[in-house]
Amino acid sequence: MKSMKQFFKRGLILLPLSLVLFLSGCSQMAVFDPKGPVAQTQSDLIIYSIILMLFIVVVVFVPFGYFVYKYRDTNPNRKESDYEPHMHGNTMIEIVWTIIPFVIVVALSIPTVNTLFELEKPPESTDSATEDTEEEPLVVHATAADWKWFFSYPEEDIETVNYLHIPTDRPIEFKLSSADSMAAMWIPQLGGQKYNMAGMENTLYLQADEEGVYDGRNSNFNGEGFTKHTFEVYAESEEDYDAWVEETQNEAPELSQEEYDELLEPGLTTEAEYSSTHLEWVDHGTNDGRDYAVNRHYDLYGELMHLYSDHEAEDFMDEENEEDHESH
Amino acid sequence: MQLDEFFVTGEPLIYAGMVSIALVSAAILFILTYFKKWGWLWREWLTTVDHKKIGVMYILSALAMLFRGGADALMMRTQLAFPNMNFLNAQHYDEIFTTHGTVMIIFMAMPFLIGLMNVVVPLQIGARDVAFPYLNALSFWSFLFGAMLFNISFVIGGSPDAGWTSYTPLAGAAMSPGPGQNFYLMGLQLSGIGTLATGINFMVTILKMRAPGMKMFQMPIFTWSTLITSFIIVFAFPILTVALALMTLDRVFGAQFFTLTGEGMPMMWANLFWMWGHPEVYIVILPAFGIFSEVIATFARKQLFGYKAMVWAIILIAGLSFLVWVHHFFTMGAGAFVNSVFSISTMLIAVPTGVKIFNWLGTLYKSRINNTVAMMWSLAFIPSFVIGGVTGVMLGMASADYQFHNSYFLVAHFHYVLIAGTVFACFSGLVFWYPKMFGHKLNERLGKWSFWFFVIGFHVCFFPQYFAGLDGMPRRVFTIIPEWMPLNIISSVGAFGMGIGFAIFVFTVVYSYRYSEREKTGDSWDDGRTLEWATPTPVPFYNFATVPHINSMDAYVKLKEEGKTTFDEDKLEPIHMPSNTGQPFIMMAFLFVASFGVVFEWMWMAIAGLIAGVVMMVIRSFDYDEGFHVEIDEIKRTERSTRGL
Repeated sequence: MKSMKQFFKRGLILLPLSLVLFLSGCSQMAVFDPKGPVAQTQSDLIIYSIILMLFIVVVVFVPFGYFVYKYRDTNPNRKESDYEPHMHGNTMIEIVWTIIPFVIVVALSIPTVNTLFELEKPPESTDSATEDTEEEPLVVHATAADWKWFFSYPEEDIETVNYLHIPTDRPIEFKLSSADSMAAMWIPQLGGQKYNMAGMENTLYLQADEEGVYDGRNSNFNGEGFTKHTFEVYAESEEDYDAWVEETQNEAPELSQEEYDELLEPGLTTEAEYSSTHLEWVDHGTNDGRDYAVNRHYDLYGELMHLYSDHEAEDFMDEENEEDHESH
Repeated sequence: MQLDEFFVTGEPLIYAGMVSIALVSAAILFILTYFKKWGWLWREWLTTVDHKKIGVMYILSALAMLFRGGADALMMRTQLAFPNMNFLNAQHYDEIFTTHGTVMIIFMAMPFLIGLMNVVVPLQIGARDVAFPYLNALSFWSFLFGAMLFNISFVIGGSPDAGWTSYTPLAGAAMSPGPGQNFYLMGLQLSGIGTLATGINFMVTILKMRAPGMKMFQMPIFTWSTLITSFIIVFAFPILTVALALMTLDRVFGAQFFTLTGEGMPMMWANLFWMWGHPEVYIVILPAFGIFSEVIATFARKQLFGYKAMVWAIILIAGLSFLVWVHHFFTMGAGAFVNSVFSISTMLIAVPTGVKIFNWLGTLYKSRINNTVAMMWSLAFIPSFVIGGVTGVMLGMASADYQFHNSYFLVAHFHYVLIAGTVFACFSGLVFWYPKMFGHKLNERLGKWSFWFFVIGFHVCFFPQYFAGLDGMPRRVFTIIPEWMPLNIISSVGAFGMGIGFAIFVFTVVYSYRYSEREKTGDSWDDGRTLEWATPTPVPFYNFATVPHINSMDAYVKLKEEGKTTFDEDKLEPIHMPSNTGQPFIMMAFLFVASFGVVFEWMWMAIAGLIAGVVMMVIRSFDYDEGFHVEIDEIKRTERSTRGL
């Protein structure tokens, strides 16, 4: 039993230590590797809270370990004065330890509330060079459907499926909605998530300060294809972005309503791009657009894909295409 | 409907499940028949209204459900450790995490705690049973039939697969057709009847049936936490009942409450669910706090530090629990102001909870700690729960929650509070009160092995998940990217450690049944502080021959000092007790049939079952059985033999 107790004690000391060790390796974790001002704000807030929380952990763990060790019945160094069975409380100390957590809650509430209001506005660029030339946010409609993503650029009149390009150092104003089940658009390195809901529109501001490819996904469970409900964000310089827009406008086919309806069928699809947007005939974020997909594909949602982990999205596309050929 | 649509086919794991169900059922039927135990089963258990036996049945069922939910968990951890083995496909994984969550919360945590309440609370307040013993039996059978209904889904009709939160529109008729989701709705609805009744029952029991002289602020802390929990149940469960009924109307009768078509409001489900769901998590944590307080005070051999503050903290937490539900969906876009309000109300819960933690530390200060297994579970709770608690505060910061939400950070957090809080308390309480229930202790040596396996396994399993979450790993995915593999493998190793701990625990139960010394006194741990330890072991079915007059906290400590017992021969009077009855069992069996009919939308069956259930209620209304009296001679005989006089 003795070795167990030692193990317990050592474990107690190691626990906060391992926390610190883990935190020193933080920079590798997506949330602590921010690539834009929104994610940066959130990362700072989280680290600030972790420091306060570590303080609480120490304040509890140290006396806990000490008491459990010192006041154990089998302690050979026990003194008469170490036992006061009728101690019932101490008003002074109880007031103190009510106030301490209260102060910590206040210390956490102030930055939380500040950040909350800040996140409802387009972020200010962290790059000082562009500070004078505040740019209007780029509007992108991000529409989730079972289990794919549509990104519509109304001003550029282009639409992409399962990937998007954004310029760096410019706020992106995402208009989030869903064609069917509820999803949540989350790009950890650019910032936190919000829900995509049919018949409602959420606004989420994000911005990339560094060029790169970032993983984005739906983080809210919405059925069989949920795990593969992902997309990629290509953040690139203004020039590269403009070139990509132009190329897409010129070379990509137009999106017909018929093709869009087919894309909305529950299932997985590959990346695609079009030189027009589905917003021309439906905006799922409005009350009129909420039942668009369900009305068209009501009977298809219950069909299983039998999705296994080694299946890639492409496999499913191929199968579907083959079936289409056969049926023609 | 074809037979192959009725039974789930095509999954080897489920065939194995069917075979084992068939074998176990056959074995049970054989044993009962061979040893001629059918009459015993009916007389002693199925028709009992004794709170102690009902409590034992609750606990046994909860342990079975812990096994089922744990098996689900191990399957998930196996899949995530070896995602390329194709152990589970996406659909199967979805079903498993849905049933894991639902079973663990509704059919494991709550019944386990309600079981302990049933056994302990009437004893702690000096009552001879709960206020409504018939209703108590009804509660149990409603829970058990609800649990059975939910559990047969995996072999008949298919399991629900929309998550334990069952958000609409995903859980609606369009996107989750078939009986699976109906099993969820009806299983919860049926067992919810019992939970609500239990809430009312314990509220009345504690308010009206305390021993003479026992003031509210002299009640044991576990009784206090039960009382407050009962209030939460009574206020929260009707919300669930209504929400489930509305979704059932949607799915079975084509209503449009939560649908995308016909102007339904899918997000209203999330609100209703969490208006019940958040108080629900306090329903499973407050009794746990009560258990820890009892165990720590007993084995620290010291009065609970700051008793009044502890009680007020529970009341405050219960009040706040109704004011924080929005924190489950900060990301729904309610706006900065709404999120700020709910952020602050959420973090405020940390204040009374912090007070409780410090009071437990205060209880340990200048104490004489007896490191029994029950105490070890309670001590392990303190540091583990603090980790869960501080990460909960972090999740409560709405603007940071945008990054934590739906990730493994959240998964790690709620397992840290639910396992370190509720599950540790269940083990602690079960080990602590085991001698009262079964007349012998659990083997301490084996108990320590199971404790260490479980607790170390728990930390190894869930601590890495915080970091997986911070690296962007969302919950409910059935396959992962290579970057998350190392953390997930560690996690799975820990999960199997917990599995071994549970297996050792089950072995301990069997081993102790055979080899543990039988209890001779009622005060099994010698340091009992509250009235349950004043009763002899085994506890006579009427609990107290004479109920002592109480005028202080820790009533039994006082009785021991004064040399008094609960058997005062001069004051004996005939005791009025309720009769056993098979009606609750039969009534709930009929409602089970009715619910099964609703699940498969066989209306003839649903209506027939419902009519039969109503007939049972009518019979109950004209039931004039007033119970019976235990005569003084019989009390004397019982007390003398159990007390060894």
